[in-house]
Amino acid sequence: MAEEDKGAARASAPAGAPAGDPAAAPKAPWEDKPVTPVPHDAGAHPAVAELEAAVPGAVAEAVEMAGQVTVVVPLNRLLAACQALKEQLGYGFLVDLTVVDWPGREAGRFDVVYWLHRHRDESRLRVKVRVAEGQEVPSVTPVWKVANWMEREAFDMFGLYFGGHPNLERILTWEGFSGHPLRKDFPLEGIDTGAAIYPDVFPPGGGPVAGGGEE
Amino acid sequence: MERTHLKAFADAEEMEISFGPQHPSTHGVLRLMVKVDGERILDVKPIIGYLHRGTEKLFERETYNGCIPHTDRMDYTAAVTNNQGLVGAVERLMGITIPPRAAYLRMILAELQRLASHLVWLATHALDIGAQTPYFYCFEERDKILDLFEEYCGARLTTNCMRVGGMPFDLTPGWTDRCRAFIEQFPAKVSDWERLLTKNRIWRERTVGVGVISAADAIEWGLTGPPLRGSGVRWDIRKVFPYDRYDEVEFDVPIGTNGDTYDRYLVRMEEMRQSVRIIRQCLERLPDGPVMAKVPKIIKPPKGEVYFSVEAPKGELGYYLVSEGGDTPYRLHVRPACFINLQALPEMVRGQLVADLVAVIGTLDIVLGEIDR
Repeated sequence: MAEEDKGAARASAPAGAPAGDPAAAPKAPWEDKPVTPVPHDAGAHPAVAELEAAVPGAVAEAVEMAGQVTVVVPLNRLLAACQALKEQLGYGFLVDLTVVDWPGREAGRFDVVYWLHRHRDESRLRVKVRVAEGQEVPSVTPVWKVANWMEREAFDMFGLYFGGHPNLERILTWEGFSGHPLRKDFPLEGIDTGAAIYPDVFPPGGGPVAGGGEE
Repeated sequence: MERTHLKAFADAEEMEISFGPQHPSTHGVLRLMVKVDGERILDVKPIIGYLHRGTEKLFERETYNGCIPHTDRMDYTAAVTNNQGLVGAVERLMGITIPPRAAYLRMILAELQRLASHLVWLATHALDIGAQTPYFYCFEERDKILDLFEEYCGARLTTNCMRVGGMPFDLTPGWTDRCRAFIEQFPAKVSDWERLLTKNRIWRERTVGVGVISAADAIEWGLTGPPLRGSGVRWDIRKVFPYDRYDEVEFDVPIGTNGDTYDRYLVRMEEMRQSVRIIRQCLERLPDGPVMAKVPKIIKPPKGEVYFSVEAPKGELGYYLVSEGGDTPYRLHVRPACFINLQALPEMVRGQLVADLVAVIGTLDIVLGEIDR
């Protein structure tokens, strides 16, 4: 009953609207075009300044977008920066760790992205490090224990090596799987896992999944 | 002579048993290599990936609204909150503000989903430990929630009930009355189940002091959701980073003290009452108006990156979206709550009995669809 009344009220509302001047009333945010966020430099952001003060040379670049701060850290300062972030700056919670693949980028093919949380003031910070193919990333498991499985997943999906990781094994695919599925050059339809794993048993293209990847 | 031989055998033998992947108490296809000394667990190694479908790879070829059905299949006991996280991330990157009616609808559906998810947890967790009765009561209530979902969007489990910019449909006539009727009778049911379990001696024997994790360890291991709150950390994404209109409703975040299985049980039971409280407020205030913002026909977020998370029933469910300005995500990474929570399992069961392992898997409330993606 109440619902039908509301429905009737809604139906009558647009009929009444053209009577007034539509230009006079300010539009609600959802009726207007969305205001897309734009990235801007965040060198002056307090969290970035704190990190630069704690580990000189740790901040190569700082960008803010949609209220989220990203700091790009040089690879050789990564472990020192992470330790300082946890012990001095209080980022005790590593929320997420992932990798983005940019094939053909000059600054290094992969972005390793760390997303940190600080319970003191409930603020978050994104730390990013650029890594070339074949380059080893220092593992942050000594800093945050939770990084263990996240780094295993990154290794499994992107083939990045995390130096000093206690147990760097594949986690989502199986042992003996060849290739790293989330790389951009990995075929979407999959690879011929039969031939890739048991080349003496399956002829190329004769395995369980057709597609014929190289790796 | 015979006896000493047996004693030496028992002392010397560390046995490895393979637990799962086809075991009902593993809640899916989870395999655990358990190293035991008699009944004591020395170490556990979870082996996962049996349900890996490459969801993150599939995201990269789908349009943004096309990604939503894929999220349904991650945590299949809580599809609505999975949808909510994804559309929230895209809206954040595009700067879309959704209409208030859509935000309230999302909250109502998400809290109903939290109830449904917690009901599955309670039913299976209690069944694993040996209490068979709650199972039937819980699934009866869950069915009523799924009926409400079915009436709203046509699907019961894989709801696909949100779109970038709002909701695809308005409510059917009389839906709010049926929803209100459901939540009015629900708290009494929760009390009934608590009467079955909370002071039940067997239940307490099986849960008190089992799978203890301290607050500091819980943060170190990245636990979120009820496992974190059970250890006494009052932390909830709905309070810390309110999305939709969670800052307009009143609710409490229950916490435990000892960080054991029993406290996590109490936390989830109280969360169900709080969810009812949220739904009641939302139904009272449900505004009129459109359910869809003015968004372009083809969703193309600008070049950039954003992380957006929601408080899913299992913990923090986050989406990290990298866009290159096209109509498909360049990279869409999921921060699965269950995957991270499961990682703490060996820490929680070391030194306990094999039977406790079943209780701890239940209390972590894992869904393998989300862990393996």
